[in-house]
Amino acid sequence: MGDGIVNGAAAGFSPFLLGWIVLLPLIGFLVNGAVAIAARRYKPVPLAAASEEEDVAHRHEEHPATPEPIPATPPAWTKSLPTFVAPGVIALAFAIALVNFFRMLGAGDALPVIERYWSWMPVGDLQVDVAFQLDQLSMLMTLIITGVGALIHVFSVGYMKKDEGYARYFAYLNLFVFFMLILVLGSSFPLMFVGWEGVGLCSYLLIGFWFREKANADAGKKAFIVNRIGDFGFLIAMFLIFAHLGTLNFVEVFAAAPEQLAFGGAVVTAICLFLFLGATGKSAQIPLFVWLPDAMAGPTPVSALIHAATMVTAGVYLIVRSSVLFAMAPSASLVVGLIGALTAIFAATIALKQWDIKKVLAYSTVSQLGFMFAAVGIGAYVAGVFHLMTHAFFKALLFLGAGAVIHAMHSALHATHSPRDAQDMRNMGGMRRWMPWTFGTMGVATLAIAGIPPFSGFFSKDEILGYAWSGARGELPISQGSLFGVGGEVWMLLIGVLLAAAALLTAFYMGRMMLYTFFGPNRTGEAESPHLHEVGASMKWPLVVLGVLSLIGGLFQVEADVPIVNWFAAVAIGGPDALYNFLAPVTAPAAAVMAQNIPAATVATHPAWPVLLAIVIGAGGLLLAWYLLKPAALGVEGEEPDYRRAWERILHDKWYVDEAYDRGVVRPVVALSGFFARVLDRRLIDGTVDWMGRAAQSVGMVGARVQSGHVNTYAFVLVVGAVLALFWFSGGFAWLAAS
Amino acid sequence: MLTYYLGLSAILFSIGVAGVIVRRNAIIMFMCIELMLNAVNLSFIALSPYAGIEGQVFVFFVIAVAAAEAAVGLAIIIALFRHVESVDVRNFSLLRW
Amino acid sequence: MELDFQTSVDYFWALLPEIVLSLWAMGVLLADVFQKGSRSEASRPAIAWLALAGIAAAAVANVWLMTVTGTGGMIAVDGFRIFANFILLLAAALAILVSMGYLDRHAMNRGEFYVLLMFAVVGMMILASAQDLILLFVGLELMSVAIYVLVGFNRRDPRSGEAALKYFLLGAFASAFLLYGIALVFGATGTTDLALLAETIGTGVQDAPLLLMMGVGLLAVGFAFKVAAMPFHVWTPDAYDGAPTPITALMATGVKAAAFAALLRVFAVSFGGLHETWVVAFWWLAALTMIGANLVALTQGSVKRMLAYSSIAHAGYVLVAVVAANAVGAAAFLFYLLVYTLMTAGAFGIVIANARGDRERVSLEDYAGLGWQQPVMAAAFAIFLLSLAGFPLTGGFIGKLYILRAALAADQVPLAVILVMASLISYFYYLRVVIVMYMRPAPAADTHAGLTASRPLQVAVGVAAIGVILLFFAPAMVLDAAQGSVAGLFIAQEALFGLSRGP
Repeated sequence: MGDGIVNGAAAGFSPFLLGWIVLLPLIGFLVNGAVAIAARRYKPVPLAAASEEEDVAHRHEEHPATPEPIPATPPAWTKSLPTFVAPGVIALAFAIALVNFFRMLGAGDALPVIERYWSWMPVGDLQVDVAFQLDQLSMLMTLIITGVGALIHVFSVGYMKKDEGYARYFAYLNLFVFFMLILVLGSSFPLMFVGWEGVGLCSYLLIGFWFREKANADAGKKAFIVNRIGDFGFLIAMFLIFAHLGTLNFVEVFAAAPEQLAFGGAVVTAICLFLFLGATGKSAQIPLFVWLPDAMAGPTPVSALIHAATMVTAGVYLIVRSSVLFAMAPSASLVVGLIGALTAIFAATIALKQWDIKKVLAYSTVSQLGFMFAAVGIGAYVAGVFHLMTHAFFKALLFLGAGAVIHAMHSALHATHSPRDAQDMRNMGGMRRWMPWTFGTMGVATLAIAGIPPFSGFFSKDEILGYAWSGARGELPISQGSLFGVGGEVWMLLIGVLLAAAALLTAFYMGRMMLYTFFGPNRTGEAESPHLHEVGASMKWPLVVLGVLSLIGGLFQVEADVPIVNWFAAVAIGGPDALYNFLAPVTAPAAAVMAQNIPAATVATHPAWPVLLAIVIGAGGLLLAWYLLKPAALGVEGEEPDYRRAWERILHDKWYVDEAYDRGVVRPVVALSGFFARVLDRRLIDGTVDWMGRAAQSVGMVGARVQSGHVNTYAFVLVVGAVLALFWFSGGFAWLAAS
Repeated sequence: MLTYYLGLSAILFSIGVAGVIVRRNAIIMFMCIELMLNAVNLSFIALSPYAGIEGQVFVFFVIAVAAAEAAVGLAIIIALFRHVESVDVRNFSLLRW
Repeated sequence: MELDFQTSVDYFWALLPEIVLSLWAMGVLLADVFQKGSRSEASRPAIAWLALAGIAAAAVANVWLMTVTGTGGMIAVDGFRIFANFILLLAAALAILVSMGYLDRHAMNRGEFYVLLMFAVVGMMILASAQDLILLFVGLELMSVAIYVLVGFNRRDPRSGEAALKYFLLGAFASAFLLYGIALVFGATGTTDLALLAETIGTGVQDAPLLLMMGVGLLAVGFAFKVAAMPFHVWTPDAYDGAPTPITALMATGVKAAAFAALLRVFAVSFGGLHETWVVAFWWLAALTMIGANLVALTQGSVKRMLAYSSIAHAGYVLVAVVAANAVGAAAFLFYLLVYTLMTAGAFGIVIANARGDRERVSLEDYAGLGWQQPVMAAAFAIFLLSLAGFPLTGGFIGKLYILRAALAADQVPLAVILVMASLISYFYYLRVVIVMYMRPAPAADTHAGLTASRPLQVAVGVAAIGVILLFFAPAMVLDAAQGSVAGLFIAQEALFGLSRGP
């Protein structure tokens, strides 16, 4: 397939079955969708349906439908087929991607390769093709999406085993991967937008998978409206790009931008800010983050795939992809970095207070995405992508682990018909006794996200912090930019401090989550706890693989010239700075733009103290959680502490440190953030939407009143319109205006 | 001379329009519409000597079309009369808002 | 084949699709009369399939027409006509398919339904291709008279009769305005031929006689009525609401598309020289229609009536393309009419399917929980609604994008902004249905069990849904065709006036 390969063929690199990487998930979707439709027939239909009303309905039919005997349970193939097809297509796509990856390693400058399929939108001077662009960045994203995606598909086989919508679930999941691949492989902004919308659509489908209640309907609505705001930004940015550069293909846009747009000018800044608005919607940054925690209503593997590893990182991908534009707009970049850092700390404070294990991880994801945006905002594009990658490993693992725990809790609570909440950490405790594999792998992920060497998160997070400190010393090109008249290095210092604080909180809340879930006595209940169990093989092995990746993932990018970090240079995979070198062709144009326009950025120095600080922060946060929080004294779900007595007992009982901490630090911060969330969310977003809706409806009511139902009124309206039209055509208005 | 014809035509047309707006009887409203069509016919005939023979041709088409409309229109009114027992359009407001 | 219309035989060739369809319709009428058994007997699909074959035959003739060129006749033989004919035949085919089960359920399966429908389509095709105001009027009336009857076809339902009466009275009323406009234009220019009109009028707006301007104004009123632009839309909600739903679908798609095609031909080509004047009038019509119809649609509790207002709103979007009045606009216009036909016919198809016996379930509550109990049906409806709203991943998005581009190319920025704002308003009422379908539980587990979607209806809805999706992912082919189709229209115009508006 593909009728034209634009580049690369000369250098001996031609993509191997590139189209099939995208096509396979689509095939999976079609197969599973067909199975899902077929399986519906077998749903037990209440016989009451064939009541009198049905007889009335068939009154005019010559051949009244004879009820066929339909078996109540679907045949086995409706489950076994998706079990093999769904993970199979993704694994196959991953294999093809791997082949391409190894072929690409030697290709170097011959990239990007563009494979075009058909002309999509030819209108006048707007020419957009359906074409895929394969370069190092899209290659890496494809590997993450198909690789982590395949593991999550395998996990889902066990997780969703008993669900009646099994095939439908896999159909949606395959469709999601399809759109996500279009998003990262599309060779133009419009095609990327197709993926952008598509993943959003699948996200709603999967959030709403189990949920038919009002609260979840509202969550879906909120996600939809927030994402429309983001899309609006994306579309405006596209219009601006097209208006000023006359093209929307990545290669052409990034080639033309440095020549046709003024460095730091209003146009490129506006484009970047609108692109970022789009990114905040999809990647849940301030102020559009509100939908992500609500999205946790979907099945947990969905949260792992969509709301942790892939879709929510689309905003980061967008910015790295457009790095040339962002490099040309230092003040817009600083906005990105600042919003990212603020989101990182803000979401981390909220995560401190959550009892729902998935909510902790949701806010953690928002916070970690903030890290990535801070990185790309200060111009550390590779560091941002690196954290994106390690985060995909350890956060997917954490979500899947949480899914395993919830799965166990669910079956335990189900066994005794207990109405308690399977996701509330106050009902857990001591789970490591029953779930050693889950505990072990999640422990690895926790150490990774906390930034403990040599786990993957240490390398990526340290690199981001290191860049922030470098920037604060004025060593990065973007340090020379300014925002609101304040120099870039001041903002970078602020970003660095915020990120360091967020890193501390990250370690703390992750420690808290592990502590309450896996340590201390079990609080599930006497009758329930015997039913707790470790998960089956299909769920265990994805955890193990992701655990290994979380452990070694950092070794893909070991900075050779940073002290302490470079101790690991010997075991670095692909040599030191492997990822940096790999992605260099993608980030080189941005670097060139900056080098051209910003004179004499000083050579970055690499002192040891930031690395030590990062380690201390990570370890300190975990230790703080270990010593301050006492899971043994934790109440169970629904028992709200009596605060008057709490104040007395806090003097005696150390457990109330948690509450004191809560009142002293978390509560004000959360109150403040909650205030903002309320104002933003309820007042501003919901309020505006409601108000606009009501106002529009009242106007509409007036309009509808014209529709009185009387022909005479209608004729009168017609005549009034006709008179006005004639008055215009006969020049009456002009005559009035003249006299 | 042409002005008088056209003026008469315009007046007849306007009477027809006014009739459609103020009368409640469906049949009379329909007759008013016929009046409008015939006012236009008058214009066509009056304009024909100046503008060309097509004007007279057009009138025949209009007469034929008006006849077809009359047949269909009266049938619709009768069909509705069977339900409502009235030709007063004020009684026909099941559909509104 | 080259036609110069010097002999009458040329008209036979030029009108071949219309002649095929007319003769076929008469054949169907005879076949129905001579059919054995009681004529009121339900469930005789043979007539419907025969009618569908007639539509197919006309489509074949239309394909053949692509090899024909001709100038100078009363009927246009150009790409625009052929493209419009395909849209109209598609609308008719979809309407016939969705009618089959519907007529049985409402005990009104009589052969003349399909015959009238075919005659209405002949009228539409003539309306869309008339190159002379006389023929245009005849086509319009042929279409309208047949549709008046079809709207009142359900004689047992007073709503159907009421809708027919309102549509008939107001339709005839508006026809009189249109006719008066033709008379005045004829008097001022001495011709009814559209091409000659363009030459006679030339480009002089200043020295255009009052008679001509009044005529143009009355024609604008007449067309605005037929395409249901505000404030000439008043008949639409009632007529659409009361008519049998397949006829509503046909009115919303075929009738509207045909009227729009004639409107574009008359105004962009014949009155091209008066562009400055009529563009302002249509500007206001478009703006008022987009805002007003979307606002009123918000208040509707009946899905069928909401879709009626939605179709009014879409007339506003298409009018934006008319206002742009350039080649990009005309191509966007044809593309949008095609997408619009697919998504509107599909949406009405679902309204037909969501019925039990002869009781249509059109209130919003009747859709609660449909997404869980009838997932395929609900998914199709969601596709149509999202496409109507202009959501990406559907053809409606591309259609709106093209109209926006045409508007911007013609420097109609405020109108483009109004279009975007109006689409945003429309999200509320389209999405409300989607949300109700998926996020509000059905009153009972079997609320939507055993809905009567006939097989032909499923085909129609499936074709429409696939078409809507395809037009997003591969619109290029259709768009190329649309661009090629309108090229002639504007080349002629530019040759006359040396005008070129926008790219």
